[in-house]
Amino acid sequence: MRQVIEFELNGQEVSAAVTGGQTLLDLLRDEFELYGVKEGCGAGECGACTVIVDGLALTACIFPAREVEGASVTTIEGLASAQGELHPIQESFVNQGAVQCGFCTPGNVLSAKALLDENPSPSEEEIRVAIAGNLCRCTGYTQIVEAIQDAAGRKS
Amino acid sequence: MSHQGYVGRRLPKADAKDKVTGRAAYINDVARPGMLHAKILYSAQPHALIKRIDTSKARRLPGVRAVITGEDIPDIPLGFKQDNRPLKKGKVRSTRDEIAAVAAIDPEVAAEAIDLIEVEYEPLPTVFSPEEALADGAPLIHESDARGKPNKSNKLKLPWRLNCGDVELGRAQSKYIAQGTYRTTWVSHCCLGTSGVIAEFDLKRNLTMYSVTQIPFLAQNDYLGALRAMGLSDSAVRVKCQTIGGGFGSKLDTHCYEFIAILLANATGKPVKIQFTREEEFLAQATRQPTVMEISQGCDHQGKLTFREVHMLLDNGAYTSWGATTPSVMMVPISSLYQVPNVHFVAESVYTNNLYAQAMRGYGNPQATFAVESNIDQLAEEAGFDPLEFRLLNANQSNTLTPQEFKITTCGASDCLEEVKKGLGWQAHKKAKAQGKNKSAEKACGVGVASLIHVGGGARVYRSDGTGMIMKLDDFGKLKVFTGAVEIGQGIETVLSQMVADSVGVRIEDVDIVAHDTDICPWDVGTHASRQAFVTGNAACHCGRALRSKVFELAAAQMEVEPEDLDMRESVIFVREAPEADGERVPLAQRGDSLPLAKVLRKAHFAKQGEMVVAETFYDPPNEMLDKEFKGNLSCSWAFGATGVEVEVDLKTGHVTILKYLAAHDVGKALNPMLLEGQIYGAAVMGTGFALSEEVKLNQGRVVNGNFLDYKLLTALDKVPVTPAIVETLDSAGPFGAKGVGESGCVPVAPAIANAIYDAIGVRLSDLPMTPEAVLAALKERFPDA
Repeated sequence: MRQVIEFELNGQEVSAAVTGGQTLLDLLRDEFELYGVKEGCGAGECGACTVIVDGLALTACIFPAREVEGASVTTIEGLASAQGELHPIQESFVNQGAVQCGFCTPGNVLSAKALLDENPSPSEEEIRVAIAGNLCRCTGYTQIVEAIQDAAGRKS
Repeated sequence: MSHQGYVGRRLPKADAKDKVTGRAAYINDVARPGMLHAKILYSAQPHALIKRIDTSKARRLPGVRAVITGEDIPDIPLGFKQDNRPLKKGKVRSTRDEIAAVAAIDPEVAAEAIDLIEVEYEPLPTVFSPEEALADGAPLIHESDARGKPNKSNKLKLPWRLNCGDVELGRAQSKYIAQGTYRTTWVSHCCLGTSGVIAEFDLKRNLTMYSVTQIPFLAQNDYLGALRAMGLSDSAVRVKCQTIGGGFGSKLDTHCYEFIAILLANATGKPVKIQFTREEEFLAQATRQPTVMEISQGCDHQGKLTFREVHMLLDNGAYTSWGATTPSVMMVPISSLYQVPNVHFVAESVYTNNLYAQAMRGYGNPQATFAVESNIDQLAEEAGFDPLEFRLLNANQSNTLTPQEFKITTCGASDCLEEVKKGLGWQAHKKAKAQGKNKSAEKACGVGVASLIHVGGGARVYRSDGTGMIMKLDDFGKLKVFTGAVEIGQGIETVLSQMVADSVGVRIEDVDIVAHDTDICPWDVGTHASRQAFVTGNAACHCGRALRSKVFELAAAQMEVEPEDLDMRESVIFVREAPEADGERVPLAQRGDSLPLAKVLRKAHFAKQGEMVVAETFYDPPNEMLDKEFKGNLSCSWAFGATGVEVEVDLKTGHVTILKYLAAHDVGKALNPMLLEGQIYGAAVMGTGFALSEEVKLNQGRVVNGNFLDYKLLTALDKVPVTPAIVETLDSAGPFGAKGVGESGCVPVAPAIANAIYDAIGVRLSDLPMTPEAVLAALKERFPDA
């Protein structure tokens, strides 16, 4: 059964017809063509599909699409300006070498954003907790943590 | 060459902006018009005859476009020993065996159809360890070899045997001898982007593969072989690599699923995509090669190594990929880590009903180094030496020839050990330990070190170790660089841009790397063996020189000077300030005259009989193929390093925490320190996972932990506090002095940690991974009364 939901997606009011079993990941990728939402495991274990729903970073691959009714959803596509001006966190990821293969990057950036929106000057431990659900096989996390510290420093 | 100084700078990755914004298109994000989706049926049995496959229900499912089994396809032998097939016919040998595949309008329909395929098996006796597989009367996994010759046992016809000097003499000369048996297990690459491919034929029957391969040109050759078997001898193959979500060796072979996509695309006339799930990635992506390693080494009364002997047994799994060839690189540390005059190494691969193995970061070197470096610590203790001083005493030196005939030119091995000693506070720790200050009732601390040697200048493992490059300047001074190199996240496109800009003398913003397409880019053997910065860098130096000469010829005519009077920096061509000696040649009036590159190019282009500037080169490093005795200078540059760690072992839980981690690397020259550090950090954590937590668990040949909850990849909470120490030895064979570094950081981690655990608790762990359970069990065995 399809159900029409309305929600805010990257700052714009949108609506979509969703089915009960549809995940937020499928909705965002298939319907809105937001391919920055990555599927790394399909089981909520790797964090590549992380998006922000009402300020909380969560894994879209196991989140029911219809649950975003009335919510505000931010994907990686919602961070930079249309002209390509990067969000400070994205800028820090670029400049601190936090990106290698890049598959985990959108998820890590969004987990960082949810953290910094809530806690503008987190400790290293708090940063590591915030990205604990975002697996990365390339970087060993060091430069990701440094990028988030850098972004926090520049914002505050 | 121009001294602009792009090389050596901490420049961000060229593709980082696309990746942080979600714009980079991975195979997961790519679709073709009319594309079908395919799924694969894997065997339910580890070893069985296929009595019957009934696909009729699957074929009738709406939305299904094709169903194929091993019966429907031509014979396409795959793998290093040609013992594998895209779909198995008649018999399955492991639970990862592909036996049928479905192409349908979407992945869900394809998956549903897979569930409708009925297979009747007749189970056969199984073997799940190499020891069992070698026992008398063990069932044969393969009844015959690729040529149809009957097999007498499960032993692969692939003997690895290296003999240097006289090991028995070395043994006799030894005052101290230490021996041990070490084991490593199945480890998955765990690329965050799962494997995938799209196969598409055009109406001329030419094939395009939208791919994630690390070896586009070797893959092209493999696909052409399949097309010949399919009766498409005149077809061409184009491989277009997408943005790749991690490599680490997992994409160094062509895999069954790629050929299944080709077969289904051929059967349906439509583009066919296969995208692995994470579960499939654990099951059907081959692993790191597991090992059982018996080692003994000796030294004389002064502590000088006298001999090293290693016997290895390798679980080959049911089919042969690159795993069976990893002894070719295991030989590197076995023969040439430290100066050891007499070496004997034998490795045997054995078929079992387990998963099969392939290349993974370090290509066997991390496994072999685990045995060598754990055993070096045993020997140092036996002989009464501090383990770090013992290593310094035996360390490799510049301008030496190793027993396997590797010519070591530059060597920073001792410098790296000294960095570890200093950075880790080695002596302070040893002093504290002597006073018993390193442990309490709950916790014990220890330090450990291990060194590495790895190929640093590519490796001739294929007839050509070469790489082609084309440089093309346009009317506006933009420089396109066509390379066969594959970017798998390591940053080659960035480091190459830096080297190109400095080689040619152009602004780095004007350099654009064109890669990932076999139709457009010149041949390259592949992204492996830490070779890309080295080989493409050298190609860039050669090609850049040729391009500069062409530019200077044109500019000289326009400026009415001689080409050798010209130089170029930041895309501006200028007349050199002539040195005193030949100061006469350039008229004073012209000294310092300059023209923008773009202007010179346009003037040359639009002149009568105009010309455009293109240069090309093919660089093949002077690396030797190992001879019949497995000797020869495999690599024209050798990379060295040492890793030191301080660990804390929780005596109640067995948990190991890394308190300090010093990674010293002789990289020749740091081309981009930020990306270099990224390689070192990432390799350190991957190596720590190999050491402490990672294992694909098999039960009766079945993967029981094929997900990220049960397969323990390190997370950001498992902090590995890596401090890199960069040693620059400026190797004259390398571009700007650089050596390869991509794999090195992974090599010495496990033995460094094992040695530190031993230092902390007096228990030597010889099997990986060293999980808390394993540490506790070893403690209990060693101290039953504690």
